[in-house]
Amino acid sequence: MTAPTKTKAAPLAELKGDLAVLKEKFGDAVQPAEYEGVVIANDVLLEAARFIRDELGYRYLSSVTAVDYIQEGYFEVVYHAYRLEGGGPLVFKARTPRDVATVPSLVSVWPGADFQEREAWDLMGIRFAGHPNLKRILLWEGFYGHPLRKDWKEPYYEEEHKPFSSRWPSGHHIRAEDRVFWHDNVQYPLDWDPDQAEDTSDELLYIGMGQFARAETGELVEPRSLRTERLVVNMGPQHPSTHGVFRMVVTLDGETIVRLEPVMGYLHRNHEKIGERNMYLQNMPYTDRLDYICSMSNNLGYAIAVEKLLGIRPPERAEYLRVIMAEFTRIVNHLWAIGFLLNDLGAFFTPALYAIEERELILDLFEEASGSRMMCNYMRFGGVAHDVSDDWIARAKELVYNRLPRAIEELDRYLTHNELIKARCQGVGVLPPDLAVAYSTAGPVLRASGIPYDVRRAEPYSIYDRFDFDVAVRYNGDVYDRYLIRIDEMWQSLRILRQALDQIPKGEIQAGKKQYMIRVPAGQAYGRVENPKGELGFYIVSDGSPNPYRYHIRAPSFINLTALNEMCKGHKVADVVVILGSIDIVLGEVDR
Amino acid sequence: MDELRDLNTMPVPSELRNNVFVTTIDRFVSYLYNWGRKRSVWPMMFGLACCAIEMICAAASRFDIARFGSELMRPSPRQADLMIVSGTVTKKMVPQIVRLYNQMPEPKYVISMGACATGGGPFKEGYNVVSGIDKFIPVDVYVPGCPPRPEALLHGLLKLYEKIERQSVRAVPWYQRGESEAIPVPILGPDLIDPRRLPEIRARLAELRARQGASTETSS
Repeated sequence: MTAPTKTKAAPLAELKGDLAVLKEKFGDAVQPAEYEGVVIANDVLLEAARFIRDELGYRYLSSVTAVDYIQEGYFEVVYHAYRLEGGGPLVFKARTPRDVATVPSLVSVWPGADFQEREAWDLMGIRFAGHPNLKRILLWEGFYGHPLRKDWKEPYYEEEHKPFSSRWPSGHHIRAEDRVFWHDNVQYPLDWDPDQAEDTSDELLYIGMGQFARAETGELVEPRSLRTERLVVNMGPQHPSTHGVFRMVVTLDGETIVRLEPVMGYLHRNHEKIGERNMYLQNMPYTDRLDYICSMSNNLGYAIAVEKLLGIRPPERAEYLRVIMAEFTRIVNHLWAIGFLLNDLGAFFTPALYAIEERELILDLFEEASGSRMMCNYMRFGGVAHDVSDDWIARAKELVYNRLPRAIEELDRYLTHNELIKARCQGVGVLPPDLAVAYSTAGPVLRASGIPYDVRRAEPYSIYDRFDFDVAVRYNGDVYDRYLIRIDEMWQSLRILRQALDQIPKGEIQAGKKQYMIRVPAGQAYGRVENPKGELGFYIVSDGSPNPYRYHIRAPSFINLTALNEMCKGHKVADVVVILGSIDIVLGEVDR
Repeated sequence: MDELRDLNTMPVPSELRNNVFVTTIDRFVSYLYNWGRKRSVWPMMFGLACCAIEMICAAASRFDIARFGSELMRPSPRQADLMIVSGTVTKKMVPQIVRLYNQMPEPKYVISMGACATGGGPFKEGYNVVSGIDKFIPVDVYVPGCPPRPEALLHGLLKLYEKIERQSVRAVPWYQRGESEAIPVPILGPDLIDPRRLPEIRARLAELRARQGASTETSS
């Protein structure tokens, strides 16, 4: 193993703006960090977080993640907070030595940190003191080790970084199974006794939820406080309504939901660990498979994050192509979401068939432009992969001007004022605006609760500042509004598409020359885009090598689920399916 | 039975050549039986990842899997004939998949859809990914692609028809004496444990411990 390279530069010389205010207030407890933001001492972290939220007005905590600086011997927890009025982030960090690995939890300040802190505990092994429910979230209870630590090796470990030198040693491929000691993608600790092999992951899960307790005899018993008529029902991971392999443990009182706990990780595909081994460009096709309905906008988010580090901008035509693709993707996603929301309401598959019919037409355009209908892998750093023909533009215009408006209007006409839909959706799964912000929800869920926050407006990226469009907002925060806002957003996407397709200039589609192995200067960048499901962020730490040092994905579906319990409480069990459908999750992104 | 077998070699008078159909009971019954069931293979409504989206598209209007009699996706494994493993199989999910497979009534078939289900695909090196569902359950048809297009899935379904066509009622395992055995459900311990491999795991662990012991002795 080669020693990890130094990832740190000298700290910033002086602090500006709100960071200076923070420094003035907390004195030596606030120190400037290397590339951006400040490092706050652990003992004042909670107080500082409250100050940042209440006094400085950064009410929206977008992302919490951790980085393992093994060379320097500490973990760094990175927070990105934003103002709802728009503007850039306030980046603050907390550090803890690797052998202590404890940081105060910020769940009491921002409940939206809940799942993200649990993820950091699961994958990085950082304890968050004061977290109400700190247990594993993506892996199962009892898993050995914390995989994102730099000194943790996966069973098929070959080398730190790709390209692996061993891939074609003698002109033929070697199966990973033949290469490793266990002959499979597994590894067991030395002190483990195989005779005790017993699946306790579910028991441990229930104990963690307070559903059971371990008696002195070793048996599982119900804790005293729960000996009532309450019933625990598992929905998923194989359930027709959960939009994938998602599991909800629902505690019921009769038919009313007392508590709902999401259990995820059934599609945890280790994007972040694989992403650290990959070169920058190799991660592009992996981003397709995050939110696999919207591969184009995932590409865009990742490209923007890396371009921030590289300091380049794509040429005009590429910018337009990016916007066109991203907005088509939004329509694809919302059509899909509405189709399947109706599926969940009991209109089995018919509305979905109409939605998929239109989606296929857009996928045809994607296929012609990128070569693949679903996994487009279209964006490149500083441009896009392929140009489109004039014929393509003409057909896109035909769709945007004729076909899609009619399709959306048809959906609107048949669904919006439908008695049954109103009865099932209005007043169900209400998320009040203050809670929507506190839980860090994003996208349609946030905007349906009356918060007009859209990254395209709040912190414009690409060329969104040139287009004339409205940020759709609804005020009731129920399932019905989350449905309506998707219709609204499709209309706005069509507006942007009309402008973009009319204005697109001729010219280059790639800045500089295409490169397979780019060298990214050392630094840290958080690139975010308004994905159809919400704010998609990529936090990338570069140490100057051809591979990212840390590659973190802030997935909107994952964080929107933090608020699911709040939305479902007090409703009937039959409404769970509808509420989940209205959040519109994709498991590839939830579990990563 | 011996007489029946002789039918195959029995000379048929030339005037009867076009009027008499010589076959065996087995072949005849198998033909009818397979003809009857091959065009109504009901898949389980079971999606894992990206491939499930293409599976849904295959069921939607443009590709229309109903043309092949497989539009009736059953949410319950008890009513399904076919499991389409559509997506990445993770260690956390594989116990449930094996359990679902065990719950399906025979005859049952498995299509492994996409690179991930077939061999781990792009995520093979991930610590939570199973290198192919065929490590646990028998697969009848593999459909390559990442994800395979809906047409590819339909092609896989047609390949499954061919396989069903060729099955003999006498030879298929589900009409043999005795009960067919369930596949042991994998266990989630410190890592995924295949109960069938426990003896091997035990031996390898002992080997590792011995190695470790030897190295600490020499160092001390």
